Amino acid sequence: MSDGELIGSYIVPVHPHTVLAPEQNEGWGRLRAAYDAAAQRIKESEADLLIIYSTTWPSIIGHQIIADPNPEWVMVDHDFHELGSIPYSFNIDEKFAHAWNEANEKRGLKSRTVAYHGFPIDVGSVVALKLLNPDNAIPAVIVSSNVYANRAETTVLSKACMDVVKATGRKAVAITAMSLSNRMFTKPIEPKDDRIHSLKDDEWNRKILELLGEGRLEDVGQLSRTIHRQIRVNKVVAFKPMWWLSGMNSNRNNLTGEVLAYEALHGAGGAVVHLDPTPSGAGDIEYDEDDVEYFAGERNVLDGDQSENQYIESLSEESPVEVPQKNGPALWEPTESKDSVNSEAAPKPVGAYPHARRVGDLLYLSGVGPRQPGTNAIPGGPIHDKDGKPLNYDIKAQTQAVVDNITRILEEAGGTIDDVLDVTSFLVDMDRDFQGYNEVWAETLGQVGPTRTTLAVRALPTPIAVEMKVIAKAPKTE
Amino acid sequence: MSKGEIVAGCLAPHPPHLVYAENPPQNEPIAEGGWEQLRWGYERLRESLAGVDYDAIVLLSPHWQTYVGTHFLGLPKFKNLSVDPVFPNLFRYHYDLDIDVELAQQIHDRAADAGLAVTMMKNPDFRVDYGAITTGHMFNPSWDKPLVVISSNRSRDYYSVEVMQEMMIELGRVTREAILASGKKVVVIASNSLSHRHFTTESAIPEDMSKEHITSHAMHLWDMRMIEYFRTGQAQRILDEMPEFTEQAIAESDGGGLSWLLSTLDVPTYPGILHGYGTIIGTGNAIVEWPARNHKEASE
Ligand SMILES: [Fe+2]
Repeated sequence: MSDGELIGSYIVPVHPHTVLAPEQNEGWGRLRAAYDAAAQRIKESEADLLIIYSTTWPSIIGHQIIADPNPEWVMVDHDFHELGSIPYSFNIDEKFAHAWNEANEKRGLKSRTVAYHGFPIDVGSVVALKLLNPDNAIPAVIVSSNVYANRAETTVLSKACMDVVKATGRKAVAITAMSLSNRMFTKPIEPKDDRIHSLKDDEWNRKILELLGEGRLEDVGQLSRTIHRQIRVNKVVAFKPMWWLSGMNSNRNNLTGEVLAYEALHGAGGAVVHLDPTPSGAGDIEYDEDDVEYFAGERNVLDGDQSENQYIESLSEESPVEVPQKNGPALWEPTESKDSVNSEAAPKPVGAYPHARRVGDLLYLSGVGPRQPGTNAIPGGPIHDKDGKPLNYDIKAQTQAVVDNITRILEEAGGTIDDVLDVTSFLVDMDRDFQGYNEVWAETLGQVGPTRTTLAVRALPTPIAVEMKVIAKAPKTE
Repeated sequence: MSKGEIVAGCLAPHPPHLVYAENPPQNEPIAEGGWEQLRWGYERLRESLAGVDYDAIVLLSPHWQTYVGTHFLGLPKFKNLSVDPVFPNLFRYHYDLDIDVELAQQIHDRAADAGLAVTMMKNPDFRVDYGAITTGHMFNPSWDKPLVVISSNRSRDYYSVEVMQEMMIELGRVTREAILASGKKVVVIASNSLSHRHFTTESAIPEDMSKEHITSHAMHLWDMRMIEYFRTGQAQRILDEMPEFTEQAIAESDGGGLSWLLSTLDVPTYPGILHGYGTIIGTGNAIVEWPARNHKEASE
């Protein structure tokens, strides 16, 4: 299977006028025409998945993903109920939704799927799916907008999504359902009187669209907080969709952008924008924000031991983050020789050695740590930053990740975790970590029953707290 | 026609966890209890009003959020399934509620005369928000009184707490006038929490009370300060401190409900009865009754 990829991105407006009343105002009609043109482009692109991030579905407990294969109901807008009702019946990619949910959890995010009869799909998602996917030909997924998520967390959300797009070979289109300026008139108006709420909002919208038209998505992502302060009503969801969309596009500034329409919707700025991944030939990447792989923010809030400091930290704009590529030794391709077993699904070595080697009926594994294959992120967080400053980390998450990596290597060799015979474990902090390590062991390898020796060591080559050396039964060769 | 009367004003919060924990037949998920302090508080509130005769409940819900003015449910009946978009695992409630459209229209008309932007909501497909349903259920599980449901105008988001409060005090004043002119006996309810910083994680069993506590000491101090004002009849101080409270405690009073409620009660100088206080996923919630019927001199 070829690697999946993002083949296009669209920014579309949320209010129901484009569905229910495009004929009542010329601008609304032009937005509708642009919506229809975008639908045509998506169809011609042969996309096989639509991914919607909607600002009109806020969440509190992590990230929620619709996983009902066929959500059906009738949507009525909280403000614009006089325009009428929108019955909907959508085609949701349940399997992708579950895979994204798992990918989120692997990257440290709190996440859950939602598949309840009668769940109210939000107005932004309903409008976007109705118009971009009129015959339900392309399966879709919808994710909520977490009210507490900062940029680090939102970036990790997009990376988890792309993990699944790539792994499942999809041709995906990313869609943010959102307003630009979102100040509406606070009184009912005649449709003919609609216009952008204020000159200042209009000027900002045009600046944003100028950047997007030049394909400079990451620049808009970096201006997000400023834009929010300038032209957004003080709501918690902020201008986050640009963080997510930029993350989905590898934080690029050289996309090919096109603004299909820009009009007022009851005073708010509504635009249809197409961003094509084809390089525009201009604009370098200027991504100087933390490129977070794994979310290590607020995790222990329920344990009742949080200090005031942690609380303030969780409210601040950026949580402590890691940059694993710069934190630890260089990575090597695993060495290839007769009888070596190497896996794409295991983390890259930090020297010239294979993942495992078969000798007779036995399989000897090189020391396995918790680093994630591909991203090199450390579940549970690294034990220190790149300057050596100690960080708080989760030994249980690290231990679980080690077991997962061992499983991958054994599966590559044609075996299973049940083949493990003998384990030597190395901990960098026996006093702090033995108990958590031992708990995960009991639930995993403890069930298999290998012999075990646990040692304390001063350090391991990467900023990890646990590593295991494994000898396993080699699977029968045919 | 005899003069209308507000028999009681209540602060009656709406986290769906309370309905979930009660296991009523209308709600699909099943719980092993939880949040008893608050549910007993609701029980005490219901007992306190058991012998009081009234015709309708007027309720302002922060989860019907409107940006284009204030809206009123404007049809006699709403029947549908309400699923909480944030806690769908806890709240999927089949509701069937009656609206006192006449009273809603009367409040609407007076608000329009006072220059407020108001709309009657007459779309039969409209789904009533889970906040209104939770408070409606916890306050009156038999649903045998008609409701007036008022949306939460997000003027605080547009302008400031001060502007929001000015508008809500005006809406409270016309609500009061309309009720007195209607000849009806009415309970007015603001449906909101106090401090409103949530946990961002949920325990595997949501009703596991060993995990429930306020999110921070600062939130606790603000909640206790407000409760002290409730209990000692210092409603004016609540209004005076509303901007700081709303911002520092991220309070759900940002939706205007509490300011509106105190205004319908003519800013009471008599004590409110605290029926219960507890936290729900870290947010602070108080159930308070102002027994206006016992303080007629204050309401005339
Ligand atoms: Fe609420």
